[in-house]
Amino acid sequence: MAYEAVIGLECHIQLKTRTKMFCGCEVEFGRPANWNTCPVCLGLPGALPRTNITAIAYALRLGLALGCDIRHESVFARKNYFYPDMPKNYQVTQYDLPLCEHGTLPVVVEGESRTFELMRIHCEEDAGKSFHPERVGDRRISRLEFNRAGTPLLELVTEPVLRTPAECAAFLTQLRKLVRALGISDGDMEKGQLRCDANVSLRPVGQSALGVKTEIKNLNSIKGVEKGVTAEIDRQRRELESGARIVQATLLYDADHDKLAIMRTKESAHDYRYFPEPDLPVLRVTDADLDAARAALPELPWVREARFVSQYGLPPYDAAVLGDSRELADYYEACARGGDAKLASNWIMTEVLRVRNDRGWPLEKWAEQVPAPRMRAFLDKVAAKELPGPVAKQVFAWMADEAGSVDELLALHGIQVQGSAEDLRPLVLQVLDENPGPVAQYLAGKTITIGYLTGAVMKKSGGQAVPQVVQQLLAEELARRG
Amino acid sequence: MSRAPNETWKLGAAALAARVRDGRVSVTDAVESGWVGPASMWEHDVNAVAHHDAEVRREAAAGASGQGPLAGVPVLVKDNLCTVEYPTTCASRILAGYRAPYDATVIRRLREAGAVIVGKGNMDEFAMGSSNEYSAYGPTRNPFDLSRVPGGSSGGPAAAVAYGLVPVALGSDTGGSVRQPASFCGVYGLKPTYGRLSRYGLVAFGSSLDQVGIFARHARDVAVTYAVLAGEDGYDATTRLGPAPDVSTFAAGVKGLRFGWPANLWAQGVDAAIVAALERSAIALERAGAVRVVLDFLPGTYGVAAYYLVATAEASSNLARFDGVRYGFRHEEAADVRAMYTRTRSEGFGPEVQRRILLGTYALSSGYYDAYYLKAQRARTRIRREFQSAFAQCDFMLLPAAPSLAFKVGEKTDDPLAMYLSDVFTIGANLAGIPGLTVPAGRTSENLPVGVQMLGPEDSEPNLLRAARALEVGGDVALLSTDEDPEFVWPTKR
Ligand SMILES: [Zn+2]
Repeated sequence: MAYEAVIGLECHIQLKTRTKMFCGCEVEFGRPANWNTCPVCLGLPGALPRTNITAIAYALRLGLALGCDIRHESVFARKNYFYPDMPKNYQVTQYDLPLCEHGTLPVVVEGESRTFELMRIHCEEDAGKSFHPERVGDRRISRLEFNRAGTPLLELVTEPVLRTPAECAAFLTQLRKLVRALGISDGDMEKGQLRCDANVSLRPVGQSALGVKTEIKNLNSIKGVEKGVTAEIDRQRRELESGARIVQATLLYDADHDKLAIMRTKESAHDYRYFPEPDLPVLRVTDADLDAARAALPELPWVREARFVSQYGLPPYDAAVLGDSRELADYYEACARGGDAKLASNWIMTEVLRVRNDRGWPLEKWAEQVPAPRMRAFLDKVAAKELPGPVAKQVFAWMADEAGSVDELLALHGIQVQGSAEDLRPLVLQVLDENPGPVAQYLAGKTITIGYLTGAVMKKSGGQAVPQVVQQLLAEELARRG
Repeated sequence: MSRAPNETWKLGAAALAARVRDGRVSVTDAVESGWVGPASMWEHDVNAVAHHDAEVRREAAAGASGQGPLAGVPVLVKDNLCTVEYPTTCASRILAGYRAPYDATVIRRLREAGAVIVGKGNMDEFAMGSSNEYSAYGPTRNPFDLSRVPGGSSGGPAAAVAYGLVPVALGSDTGGSVRQPASFCGVYGLKPTYGRLSRYGLVAFGSSLDQVGIFARHARDVAVTYAVLAGEDGYDATTRLGPAPDVSTFAAGVKGLRFGWPANLWAQGVDAAIVAALERSAIALERAGAVRVVLDFLPGTYGVAAYYLVATAEASSNLARFDGVRYGFRHEEAADVRAMYTRTRSEGFGPEVQRRILLGTYALSSGYYDAYYLKAQRARTRIRREFQSAFAQCDFMLLPAAPSLAFKVGEKTDDPLAMYLSDVFTIGANLAGIPGLTVPAGRTSENLPVGVQMLGPEDSEPNLLRAARALEVGGDVALLSTDEDPEFVWPTKR
């Protein structure tokens, strides 16, 4: 029998607000353990929560970007369960009356445009972290760390509308791009800023009723989601084909060993005893709040990418690469607008991103060294053919480390680009004619003699020629004589 | 008229603060007066204080400004209000030795008003009880009769004000825990409108019901303390916005005010001495110009059930944080974290707290939520509406604070349900979020205090205090604005 997988995702997005969800502690990384804590986020007796309105504004931004229905009066609820890194032994979240419902995320999966329906988005607080166990003398201990406790999270739940692991990966990639564009989260899965649980069930193709689902937790990269979901689909298919039944369960995915382990089954499922959080009033969202959130919305990534295609004539692939982050897209547009947009795309996609990858520079670092106007001046010179290809590459490399205009850099390095390459050709031909020996050696395969020939041309030019250009011309002419 | 220095302890809070401000009494003498005077002989038998420290007290007095509406006034606060200099244990083993790293908002405001915190009052564990018998520090006794309870759960603070240790004390009132012990101990006890006093730093029992409350021996002292404490707090999202109602009018009299008289409420099951005190109080109010409005008011027999469902449900969640992980008591002999939770909580919480956590957990459980918690919330909405329609006919109503006078120690501990049912007159105010004030109304022939309760609509504290002052002077309008407090009277001869 052929089976079809039905997948729903539950994503947690860590917001990059300055302070935590329900207290004034700063959300920042790299502090000593338990530094960013206070009576509220440590759940000390008598402490009370107060809602971070910036987190709500961020939630509204995401809700509006996804076309959700926004509830004017939503309710925080307590989700009760015991866990050592959860200070109050309940999590303040939203339950039956969440802030945002419905909405869709448009995604391109393997070249095809799709939209995936969402169930809800709500605000909640993150837990702390447990580190276990550790041996101290003859005791095993666990360490608890609460810097993360109370960090604002958005939980986004999809309808069970995904069918393949590739769709899951594309969905998450697009979601990550969106939260970054909205400026509400860095969306780094490795750092836990974007987390994902997947609900997976199988059913015979053609059947509309859903099968028994399992939930996979601990999916902490987009690859991990793809692999974990694949593994679970395979596992369920094997079970079903062997005539067994799927048992409702929560599974943990171990990415290192590509293995799934059962964490708990339905019998041992939690009863979270949700009830409205009595310490917080009803969360009221006014039309003014919505207007403010709408005003803070940037051009959405998928809209921008479509515009890159239509306005700058970029292929959809280039548009997607440049649209990956708001910073990159902004940088590109500042370089492209009114100039050679395709040339800008080529240089940024290949050379700028290469520097980023080779040196591990974030884009901000590059943009600090080579601000868009500087890059634009460079690109204009390239477009005007004032910089031959090899020289352009050399100048680009200098720009990453040195200050100065293109002309200043050329002067600094003693290079004067005199006219075009064609002006040098007579000199090149003259040197070749004057040095039959090295030419013969070169043609016999001893290509190293090109260095000697280059030197001779440089000398004739009085040091004014660009070595890379000379070398290119020599190679051309030698090839002609070979 | 000046008093001998050794009678400083007899003064009310406002009178004492006035003497401190103008230098007649030093802050240290004011703060120490209860501890060095004759009142100190009582504490051994009454056990009203859970934590105190003479050195801390003297240092605090030395550091106090001597200025403000409560300048130099010593205040005992219930052991569920966080204070940095004393333990905050809710009279529970599970918080043994716990010290809060912050002051509750009401504590901060007391200090800013010049008051000095002199210790923590004994209480029923986690404010669960009506007799102060469920305390890790042993029961508090009623100073009027040591074989009787002081009421609860704020029994310690109530008793300390009654026997003269301090002129003002703070308690908390979730279902009557200030108003009932006030009536048992013969002092004033105010539960303000929900949200008027910040709950930040009050260890939560039932979050939607809890309010910090005020004990004092004089109506004026309640008004002065309320004015210091009431008002919006950025640390408590449930506080009411805007300025608190002005209670400086407490001596303005009750001329023209209408008070409800729901006599059907005490047709049966209420001690005759209390019924007589209600009648005396009504006559005094009428003498002062108030108008009696007979009401047929029955705020539902479902009140007690609704109250215990909401309070225990919220408590089951609020008390989940006491798990031995981060602070307080931890059972050291446990193989894993689950066992540690179980043993810590089974040994750390007393029987009444465990009973309520179990009840509340059950009420919130999947499959029972609609039948219990949700239905209780509906009942609560209905009770609120019933109060609203009653207050359409009157400015406040007079009713008992409890069906009985102070009962014997041990009399009800074996029958939790009987204990719960004795809250019938007080829980309505918590369910509806309205203010209530217990006023002393004399003593019985056996020298037991009798109190009566007044309830008003939200923010009616000014009217409740006007009525309290009118009753304090026996309805004699000529005495309303005298500054001199009535003479202190010992609970019993010692
Ligand atoms: Zn904090």
